[in-house]
This record gives sequence, structure tokens and C-alpha cells, in this order.
Amino acid sequence: MNTAEILTECNKIFIDQLDNSSIVLKQETTASDVEEWDSLTHIQLIVAIEKHFKIRFTTAEIQGFKNVGEMCVAIEKKTNK
Amino acid sequence: MFLNACMEFKQVKANLKKDFTGFKKIKVAILADSATQYLAQAIRGVGYEKKLDIEIWEADYDSVDITVRDEGSELYRFKPDFVFLFLSSQKLKKKFYKTGSDINFADDQVIYLKEVVKNISSHIKTNFLLFNFPDVLDSVFGNFAGKVNSSFSYQVKKLNLELMNWVQKDASAYLIDLCGLQALYGASNAIDNRLYISSDVIFSIDFVVHVATNCVQVIDAFTGNSKKCLILDLDNTLWGGIIGDDGLENIQIGDLGIGKVYTEIQLWIKALKERGIILAVCSKNDEVNAREPFEKHPDMVLHSDDIAVFVANWSNKHDNIKYIQSVLNIGFDSMVFIDDNPFERNMVRTYLPDVCVPELPEDPVEYLLFLSKLNLFETNSYTEEDKDRTLLYKSEALRNEASRTYTSEADFLASLNMVSEVAAFDPFSIPRVSQLTQRSNQFNLRTKRYTEAEVKHMVSEKDRYVTFAFILADKYGSHGLIGVIILEKRNSNTLFVDTWIMSCRVLKRGMEQFMLNEIMAYARNNSFTEVLGEYIETKKNGMVKDHYRNFGFIEKSNLWFYDVSDYKPVDGYITKQ
Repeated sequence: MNTAEILTECNKIFIDQLDNSSIVLKQETTASDVEEWDSLTHIQLIVAIEKHFKIRFTTAEIQGFKNVGEMCVAIEKKTNK
Repeated sequence: MFLNACMEFKQVKANLKKDFTGFKKIKVAILADSATQYLAQAIRGVGYEKKLDIEIWEADYDSVDITVRDEGSELYRFKPDFVFLFLSSQKLKKKFYKTGSDINFADDQVIYLKEVVKNISSHIKTNFLLFNFPDVLDSVFGNFAGKVNSSFSYQVKKLNLELMNWVQKDASAYLIDLCGLQALYGASNAIDNRLYISSDVIFSIDFVVHVATNCVQVIDAFTGNSKKCLILDLDNTLWGGIIGDDGLENIQIGDLGIGKVYTEIQLWIKALKERGIILAVCSKNDEVNAREPFEKHPDMVLHSDDIAVFVANWSNKHDNIKYIQSVLNIGFDSMVFIDDNPFERNMVRTYLPDVCVPELPEDPVEYLLFLSKLNLFETNSYTEEDKDRTLLYKSEALRNEASRTYTSEADFLASLNMVSEVAAFDPFSIPRVSQLTQRSNQFNLRTKRYTEAEVKHMVSEKDRYVTFAFILADKYGSHGLIGVIILEKRNSNTLFVDTWIMSCRVLKRGMEQFMLNEIMAYARNNSFTEVLGEYIETKKNGMVKDHYRNFGFIEKSNLWFYDVSDYKPVDGYITKQ
């Protein structure tokens, strides 16, 4: 799976978890761009993404993603291992 | 009602946006030593499923002591119905290591927790929900820890035992069995250490829903919504195979085939019966065939005596459940129906939506674990009388049969030789009195729910309250404590009927009249001139809508008056003991 495909999958997860169908994720999207994405829902999103891709992020990764793109890169690395 | 595996956090959260209008309002305060936002969201979200509007107030993060000691604390202004006191194993372990291995650690923790509860109780009247501490295998002593009383392993287990000993004595304190829950789902599923390290959140996002569900079930039990009756299918539910086709010697129970599964289910059901859940059978079978295993199979755990109402015929199950309901006289929403057949389950759900019908897993091997996880039979009380409940309902069935042989109701009532014992509440009756206030929905004039602690408090206020507990017995046996009256002395002239409850087991026996005679006799002997009653309508107490009118009370601005001097006692068929 490439980064673009991962982004599309993540977009679906965001829509589902945050119950907002108008969310459009881009590589540079950050938490401040999405209304419902706060520190509480962040965990919810991370857990859903982990389940979907059958991966596990480290604590440092969870706290460190600067934007959606970085997260997708991390997912790509883990899924292609 | 459709019952399935637990909800996801996402669904629970979606509930938060829904309309809670008309739901029962409950106030919960959460005091914790960790971050509880998820728990709070989950509790409110799960509450929606039970039609509860749970308003939650969270104390500031890790501020239990400050909150409790602050006289002007928001906690005391909030006046919660429940205070959740959630301290975590993680923080407990930290504390233990810091204090240095201490053989008094568990005792000190209990003293500390009791102090917190006492402090809060001195400001507000509330119920406390405590959480026990899931064991953390710290491997400091390895398995040798059991031989060392200063090990964490020993101290945490001791603490959990002491917590149970405490709540058994403190009527306002209840315990959530977090240890049991964590054992059921596994520590690795229950805890996400990343959340704990980064945000001080104890439970994983999946597990927090299970914890919240149990919290809400406890709250729900306080609102009178507990399950009282378990209705059982037989073939492939209580034993493997079909009795009518396979015959007595070939059904799977005990050692035959997967019989062990059904033995274990029956043992569980028997334990529920001993606890006070009424058992009924609803099976599509010829009655003779259906009864045979109960009477003849050596491996059956359940026997005919255990079943209060036994229905086996070829009618629709929903019609049979309606019949069972009419015999037991309890609400459909207090019934659970277990059947392996999805078709029957759906039929019952369609025709009787209030009956709880768990969606069973495909493999019978998983039935018991699945049913345990649902925690269907949460309760907030347990009395000695509960053990005999099936017996009570069985003798009721005998009475029903006898009543048919008399042409007049008066003759039948006279034949019963009814005797009633009337006494003020005492330490023995208080648990049952509280239970009646919690569970009675139909013959209940004001539906005021009182915990044991509250009942005790009312008993102690002798200048303000007078209490009556009624026990009724007849030649078929005792009904137990079936009536409760609490009178409030409004002033030197007026008695207000704060609570008037009667069990529906004794409807149409003239018990209401007997109770009224007692009220009026008390009023007269103590120089009160009027008795004042009130009917507060609920969804379920329509039966007593005209209760006061029928007894000749006069309505004045939604209250009902009776001039004591006008009252002439009416004798029925009940003798006072």
C-alpha cells in the first residue's frame, strides 16, 4: 500500500470515528484543521488506525506526529515490514 | 430488547449527541487519581442505552483530598446521587514502593478511603461507588510473594478483601469489581500503558466501555430496573439434543457429548435461583416429555422444585411468556428469555420488546461466558428472603388453583386463614424494606426509592417518621414482608403518607384495606386529625391511580385528605397477629 492509499483509508477512519463526513485529509492536515480532532479523540483515532492496519505505534510516535502525512509514512513503514 | 456484545467507544460517544429528554436524571461525581474524561463520556453514553440522563461532574485531575476537604467545593454544591471514588492500581503500586514495603499498607489504604467517604458524608447524603484494585504482577518476589506479607502482591489482595468487608457493613458504599472485569477481558486488553504514560489514562478505549457499562448497571439497579425472572427454553438450551426425539437417555447433560456445557449452565442458573431470581420454563414440547428430565435424569442440576412456572406446549412462545407474566405478576422488563433458536428469540423480541432476549453465540460452549459478560442480574440489595422467592411464587400458583374451586371470592379469602404481622422497621427488615422501595413499580403511590442507609436514617428520626412493615401469611405459607408504609408527621395534626408500597403478590386479598386500618388506628391513637396522601404518576403505577379516591379520600390540589374522625375500620379476612 502506498502513502496515497493509506491517506484514503485514514480519511475513512477519521470520518467514521469523528462522525463527520465532510473531513478531507491531506498530507499537511493537522489537528487544528479538524474541529473534532482534539487530544481526547486523538487516542480514539490512533486506536482505530492501529486496528485497521494491524499495527502498533510507539508512545513517542503517538505524541510526535506533526501532521497526517507523518502518520501515513509511519503506517507505510510498519505495514511494509 | 436486543442484547448483544458490548458497544464500541465510537457508538457510546455518538450517543452523547442524542436527545436525553424525558430520561431519568442521575448525578454522578467522579473523584480519581487519574484522567477520567473517557470514563465520564462512556458512562453518560452507556446511560443513554438505559434511558438514564447521567450528569457527570469530574473533580479536577488528581485532586481527591483537596476536593473533599474544601467546604465550598463544587462537589458539595453539585449534590451527586453517586460519588465514584476511583483510585488506580498503577498509583497504588507507586505509593506502595514510595512508602517502602509495609505490612500495614492495605489497612492504611482502607483507613484512608473510609476517611474520604466519612468526610464527604458529613457534607452530603450520597452513595459511594468504589473500585477494587486489579492485581499487578510486579515480580519483585516472584511467586514467593505469597509467603511475604510485605509484598505488593499480598497487600493488594488483602486490600481488595478488606474493601469487601467494609462495603458489607457500610450501607452507602458499593464496589465495582474491576478485578473480575479485568480477569474477564485480560490485562493486556484492559490497560494501554501508552495512554497511562502519556495522558494518565488507566483503561484502554475498548475496556473503558466495559467499566462504564458495569457502572451504569449498578446505577440502573438503584432505579428499580433489575431483572427478577429468567425464562428458559429446554432443548439445546438446558441440555443438548431434543428430548421428544432423542429420548431421556440420549440428551446431552453430564458426561454425554458436550453435556458438560449444559451442566455448567444449569449450575449457574441454580445459583441465580438461590440468589432470588425466579426461574420459569417456556418450551415447545409435550409437557410430559419436557418434565421427564427434571424428574428422572440423574445428571440434571435443575429439578421441578426449582421452576416457579413450567410451560411446555406448542403455542407461540410470546403467548406463553405472557401467561408466565400473568402468573408471576411482574413487569416484562424484569424478564430475561434464553433460547438457542434465533427464530424464537426474534419472535419474542417482536411481540414483547420489553423482555430482555440475549443474542446467544453460535457455539453452546460460549453461552455461559457470553451471558456472564452481559451481567444481566445486577442488583443493589440481597436479603435472606430472596433465597425463598421461587417457593413464594410456587405457593402462589397453588393459591391460584385453589381460588378456582371457590364460587365466591369471599369464601376463597376466608379459606386462606390470612394473618398479618405489623411492626416498625427493625435491623432485620430494613434491607427488605429498602429493596421494596427500589423494586416495586406497580403498587407504589409515590415511587420514592430509598437505600438502606436512607431507610435507617428515617427510622432514627422518630420525631418525624413512623414506619410499618407488613408480613402476610396464609395456610399455603408466608408471603414474607409484602407491605411498607412510611408516615411523615407534618405537624401535630397531619400525617403524610410518604411511602405506601404493596407487593403485587398479594393483590386482591384485602391487604390494602388492612393497611389503611393500621394507618388510621395509628392516627387516632396519636391524636392526628387528618391523613394526607399523594399519588405521583409513573409509567408503571397506573394500578393505584384511584387508590385514595376508592378509599374515600377527598382531593384538594393534587393531594388526598381523610378526616380521621370520619374513618370506620373495614374488616376483611386478615387477622392481625
